[in-house]
Amino acid sequence: MPKELPSKKTHVGRLGYSYRRNLHERFIESILFLSALLSVVIMLAIVVMLVKESVVFFQHVSIWEFLTDTQWTPLFDDAHYGILPLVAGTVVSSVVALLVALPLGTIIAIYLSEFAPFAVREVAKPFLELLGGIPTVVYGYFALLFVTPLLQIIFPELPGFSLLSAGLVMGIMIIPYVSSMTEDAMRAVPMQLREGSYAMGATRFQTAIRVVTPAAFSGIAAAYILGISRAVGETMVVAIAAGMQPNLTWNPMEPAATITAYIVQVSLGDLPHGSVGYQTIFAAGLTLLLITLVFNIIGHLLRKRYREIY
Amino acid sequence: MITGIIALMIAILTFIALFAQMLIDGMPRLSWDFFTSFPSRRPESAGILSAWVGTTLVMLVTAVSAVPLGVGAGVYLEEYAPKNLFTEIIEINVTNLAGVPSIIYGLLALGLFVYQLGFGQSILAAGLALALLILPVVIVATREAIRSIPIAIREGAYALGATKWQTVSDHLLPYSSAGILTGIIIGLARAIGETAPIITIGALTFIAFLPPSPITDEFPYISFEWLTAPFTVMPIQMFNWVSRPEEAFQLNAAAAGLVLVVMTLTMNGLAIYLRYRMRKNIKW
Repeated sequence: MPKELPSKKTHVGRLGYSYRRNLHERFIESILFLSALLSVVIMLAIVVMLVKESVVFFQHVSIWEFLTDTQWTPLFDDAHYGILPLVAGTVVSSVVALLVALPLGTIIAIYLSEFAPFAVREVAKPFLELLGGIPTVVYGYFALLFVTPLLQIIFPELPGFSLLSAGLVMGIMIIPYVSSMTEDAMRAVPMQLREGSYAMGATRFQTAIRVVTPAAFSGIAAAYILGISRAVGETMVVAIAAGMQPNLTWNPMEPAATITAYIVQVSLGDLPHGSVGYQTIFAAGLTLLLITLVFNIIGHLLRKRYREIY
Repeated sequence: MITGIIALMIAILTFIALFAQMLIDGMPRLSWDFFTSFPSRRPESAGILSAWVGTTLVMLVTAVSAVPLGVGAGVYLEEYAPKNLFTEIIEINVTNLAGVPSIIYGLLALGLFVYQLGFGQSILAAGLALALLILPVVIVATREAIRSIPIAIREGAYALGATKWQTVSDHLLPYSSAGILTGIIIGLARAIGETAPIITIGALTFIAFLPPSPITDEFPYISFEWLTAPFTVMPIQMFNWVSRPEEAFQLNAAAAGLVLVVMTLTMNGLAIYLRYRMRKNIKW
């Protein structure tokens, strides 16, 4: 006697296979998938938008001129389209910022991770987080109206706008990012390494500098790189405190424009859609995106590596 | 050890200096009139009415668009996504998006929302630009909150015959709501202070009128006209005042900055408090 095959009907109970229920699940899953897909779409849209407008720009201006001309005066009658002055401004302000943020951020991280008593850490960490949440336009105000006058007491010849004061404030602004990521990396170092070091008779300081810091190296490097990409992309502080005149200089005591400040300056004016001036901000934006993308990718690779060690 | 304390002190002192400077300059300007007046050519009668109304409306658009999309994407990546190359691409992409400078989002919004889609320099365009900006923050917070829920909760739900979505909507989302909320608040606090993308879409800085009210007298009582209205927001208003040479306007900037900082600090503080309570109370 053939065994009765379970017909589809017997499964339509409350726990069985239900066509409608399955359809419902599939529908929700595809909606969730689409929202995850959106992040890829945004990235593509950014690249397409910047490249599309830049292509039109580069039909007007040769890439050679863009990369080698030493003047950036796209809105003048005698128009020059050399990105170098903007890149120089970006590099100088970022270097000043990083000279502040990297050492101070690292020292704070080492202190909080290896030395600070529990109570100090519990207060300092949220405090640093709050510091990181202050709007950049407020830091810009602070740079222009507090730090610049203060610096002018020390350097009387300092102009009202300078890369120095913008960079210094930017550095302070980036400290929380660097210190929190560096600290995370250092705390991820297993306790055994420290205990081993103590067992060999090392002091706390020797352990922190010679054992924990090298062990957390790639995490710390990733934190530095994120700090760099933040400094390069920072806009409001430099737009407010560094002046917006493109100026090919490597001297932080001078005013100059960064890539981001230039985009702000053009946006504040009234440029017609589709003009060369309008396209310049996309070409500048593309340059900026490429710079930060390179740093982000290096940071990602480093982070991936240090995750695999332990 | 001592250098550590000194470094920490430098950060703290800077913050105190920043706050004190704004307090001294801005406090005298803070009055009821400051909140209920439009910006003006005369610094002593200028106020931030259009700015805070604009900020509120822009944040509304940002929250309404970023929260469902961000939470949805987070849930997908954490609970549904198969382990394959495509998922990895999405994950790398989210990390990369978080590292893109905010002004680039402004350029995207300028090209896409303002011109391509024809939204103009409106509240809608600004709100969407900021939504894209904070999307990675919401996604990462959602993922972390959901990841911290033990697998046993899911297995319990499946054992009782729940489908995947029933498990997510009845268990995972409610249990992770505090963590997700923390992420949303941090994201919105960031969006409130963002200036660069909004300048880039070409928002006007002198707005002495309010957008049309969302509530009307006639049927259907709700109007969406405000979405397409020109606007200004708090950080733009502050930037505008900072860049004026007259000192009186810079006092206004300090006052606006004070309001802005109090807003963001309150939101961030709330987020930190929520996380602290969560860590204390939830024991799986």
